[in-house]
Amino acid sequence: MAGLYFHIPFCKQACYYCDFHFSTNQELKGELVKALVKELHLQKDFLNDEVINTVYFGGGTPSLLKREELQTLLNTIRELHHLNPSAEITLEANPDDLNDETLAELKQAGINRLSIGMQTFHNDLLRFMNRAHDAATAIQVMHNARKTGFDNISIDLIYAIPGQDNTRWEEDIRQALALNPEHLSCYSLTIEEKTVFGKWSATGKLKMVEDDMAAHQLDVLMNTLDKAGYMHYEISNFAKPGFYSRHNSSYWRQEKYLGIGPSAHSYDGVIRQFNVANNHVYIKAISKNEIPAEKEILTIENKINEYILTTLRTQWGTDFSRLKQDFNMDLLEQNSAYIQQLVERDLALLTISVLTLTRKGKLLADKIASDLFVEKK
Amino acid sequence: MENIRNFCIIAHIDHGKSTLADRLLEFTGTLTQREMQAQVLDNMDLEREKGITIKAHAIQMNYKQDGQEYILNLIDTPGHVDFSYEVSRSIAACEGALLIVDASQGIEAQTISNLYLALEHDLEIIPVMNKIDLPHAMPEEVTDEIVELTGCKREDVIRASAKEGIGIEDILRAVVSRIKPPKGDPAAPLQAMIFDSVYNSFRGIEVYFRVFNGTIKKGDKVKFANTGKTYEADEIGVLKMLKQAKGEISAGNVGYLISGIKDAKEVKVGDTITHVDRPAPSIKGFENVKPMVFAGIYPVDTTEFEELRASMEKLQLNDASLVWEPETSAALGFGFRCGFLGMLHMEIIQERLEREFDMTVITTVPSVQFHAVRTDGSMYEINAPSEMPDPNTIDHIEEPYIKAQIITKSEFIGGIIKLCMDKRGVIKNQTYLTTDRVEMSFEMPLAEIVFDFFDKLKTISKGYASLDYHLIGFRESDMVKLDIQLNGEKVDALSAIVHRDKAYEWGKKLCEKLRELLPRQMFEIAIQAAIGQKIIARETVKAMRKNVLAKCYGGDISRKRKLLEKQKKGKKRMRQVGNVEIPQEAFMAVLKID
Repeated sequence: MAGLYFHIPFCKQACYYCDFHFSTNQELKGELVKALVKELHLQKDFLNDEVINTVYFGGGTPSLLKREELQTLLNTIRELHHLNPSAEITLEANPDDLNDETLAELKQAGINRLSIGMQTFHNDLLRFMNRAHDAATAIQVMHNARKTGFDNISIDLIYAIPGQDNTRWEEDIRQALALNPEHLSCYSLTIEEKTVFGKWSATGKLKMVEDDMAAHQLDVLMNTLDKAGYMHYEISNFAKPGFYSRHNSSYWRQEKYLGIGPSAHSYDGVIRQFNVANNHVYIKAISKNEIPAEKEILTIENKINEYILTTLRTQWGTDFSRLKQDFNMDLLEQNSAYIQQLVERDLALLTISVLTLTRKGKLLADKIASDLFVEKK
Repeated sequence: MENIRNFCIIAHIDHGKSTLADRLLEFTGTLTQREMQAQVLDNMDLEREKGITIKAHAIQMNYKQDGQEYILNLIDTPGHVDFSYEVSRSIAACEGALLIVDASQGIEAQTISNLYLALEHDLEIIPVMNKIDLPHAMPEEVTDEIVELTGCKREDVIRASAKEGIGIEDILRAVVSRIKPPKGDPAAPLQAMIFDSVYNSFRGIEVYFRVFNGTIKKGDKVKFANTGKTYEADEIGVLKMLKQAKGEISAGNVGYLISGIKDAKEVKVGDTITHVDRPAPSIKGFENVKPMVFAGIYPVDTTEFEELRASMEKLQLNDASLVWEPETSAALGFGFRCGFLGMLHMEIIQERLEREFDMTVITTVPSVQFHAVRTDGSMYEINAPSEMPDPNTIDHIEEPYIKAQIITKSEFIGGIIKLCMDKRGVIKNQTYLTTDRVEMSFEMPLAEIVFDFFDKLKTISKGYASLDYHLIGFRESDMVKLDIQLNGEKVDALSAIVHRDKAYEWGKKLCEKLRELLPRQMFEIAIQAAIGQKIIARETVKAMRKNVLAKCYGGDISRKRKLLEKQKKGKKRMRQVGNVEIPQEAFMAVLKID
């Protein structure tokens, strides 16, 4: 079981909050797609012939890919790997790229899950974040996608945006639910250093929303979506039963994945590998049959800590018996007083050997994970 | 002996003492310009940075004048109030002193008190007005001040600029003609006074002394009168730019002694060196230097306790005035209770630990020594808040008082009086030195100047105030122990002994400061200040509401793990009291209260 990720590093325009790798100059797109195909060949053995269960086109803006380009990539996968016929194949899309025609093409190419970046339904906030679409387009796209036959759609929302008060956030949630998506990914706006918001924040032009308010907005979200029948299966992810993202979940289950494209990350169970985040350098290296990647070999402590930080964010929780079995480390015993405190303060639940966070605890997931981390002796 | 002159320099910080010393060495050919490292007498990095000479040194110059050869011994003096005893011993080793006054600044408080000390010892004072080349020099006003203070004639004040080399020869001529040659009998029993020592890691401690009577020879069996220890004089000599070994040094002269002493505690400034066989009485004026300020020093990393101990032991080898004993704190673990000569001394020790030994330490609330007087009148010392007795078990507490002399411009009088009164001071005297410079004297508790007094004085006077103080004894005071509790648990390292009238304000400010410095945790933290069982101030750190990053996908995991691993490391450097994690800055909070 393994996943495959493609990084499509192009965007029409830069969203002010985004620090993923992308270029707004699309001249290199054709060449880059060729390089992606070639990297697939070069990395053929990375996954050791495991069956590919999920494919994910992320970015950047994968909805900028033409049908033929998508088709070529998917065909190459089928040629080189065992692609599960019922694999989840997701494509991230911006509403402004999706019209009836492109939707039909995506469907034909084999995409069976869409993740649409709607973010908010307030046009002033969309403009403030330099998004290319407006709310009406986003709503229309949802109807069109349904018409085209997409039955597994996720929408992205952002909260804690300066100017998005609690009432407006509640409106955003209500509007999103009216579209009846199978899945929602909701992110607290994070200010990243090398973004426009980062610069504004450094100069004082942008004032971040207080933690207390962001916490309140997450609270409201959890309550509302719970009532609407969504499972809060990871800090930022909600799904109707059976519709959780299989691709993203594999990251939280320590499964192997291969990332293709500039800035893509891969993991084979021991090594994490990061491709260079530069389109030119990437294309040039691939043309010389080289993978322009850095490697990080995980120590036992690294592995344990990754297990804690990823699982603690999910509804399945951190299973200490697994750590004991795999690493001979009894963290439940070592942290018994601390864990008891978490339970007493209604931050976590302990069921036999599995620690899961309560709603209150989810807000502190990083702090709790870090407290449970192990250090090299 | 007729051709020996022993002299020191009295000057305020920055008035040019070190530069002038350089010029004298250069002019007498003791060192060439090429050999000259700027300000050779200050040879510790720290000293050079702080612009003050921390440990006194001595140097011998040969000088020819009117066909006669002279030996000039310049004995350097530390320029800070923390080291006043050492200054007094350097002065006692001389027959004359150069009084250096900055032509643009005038006389400062420190200079005056050292001048009085020199006059007490009958030293011939040679006033030198330095920096006369500065455009804002005020030679007439400053000459007035000097004449007023020393009673000399106007024409006796030598005008000089050490930087420009002006007046250097005049100074040397005055040293020869005006300072009396030393007296003493080279045949009498040996009496040599130790005025300084320097630690040499290869040969042990170098002892600097001035011979008053008798003669010390290489190989002599000598005894230090006050410690009673005996040694063999392995090497004796005089201090030029380098040490110059000699067979003997006799009455009137200055020299060094090496006898393999490893521990600075055995060498006490002011002690008398005499012969084992033919002992002489010790020279008067010896005192055991006593620490004035006490604070705990703890390693930031608790596992570094033994390393800290080793570093402190090494520091003590060349700084006998540093005293310490092991101390345990519930909050900070194992550390040391240290006694310092003053706040500057404390700062220096802290910096030397960091620079020379690469130790990062937490220093707790500095405190002075209090006396607890029992109902039967007997007394014991309190060097730490933890030693503060239950009020019912004693009659009263006494605290050290000082007499503080402050010299400033008249426009700042009001502000300074207010500051001193805020610090429980009482003004005793006010004298105009010139029309706009005034000397004020206050009596106030030493505890009040320990924290931020210097900084405040500087701010209020825009830098135009100088301070000198000396201890005048202990007085009964209504002192209480103020404790800080976090979620009901007492944090011993934050306790302080304060005057009852100030306890409320102190407690409130400390709680406020701690609220700023304590990071939010998973639960609310109650910060309380208490005297005994009574809570006098409270602040709350709200619980952390949110600490979770939005995304954790394939490309985020590694970065996120590293971030949280770093958080975990930071947590390890924190101290835990009850369930509250305390960052090290919080322990220094007291020093940041204004």
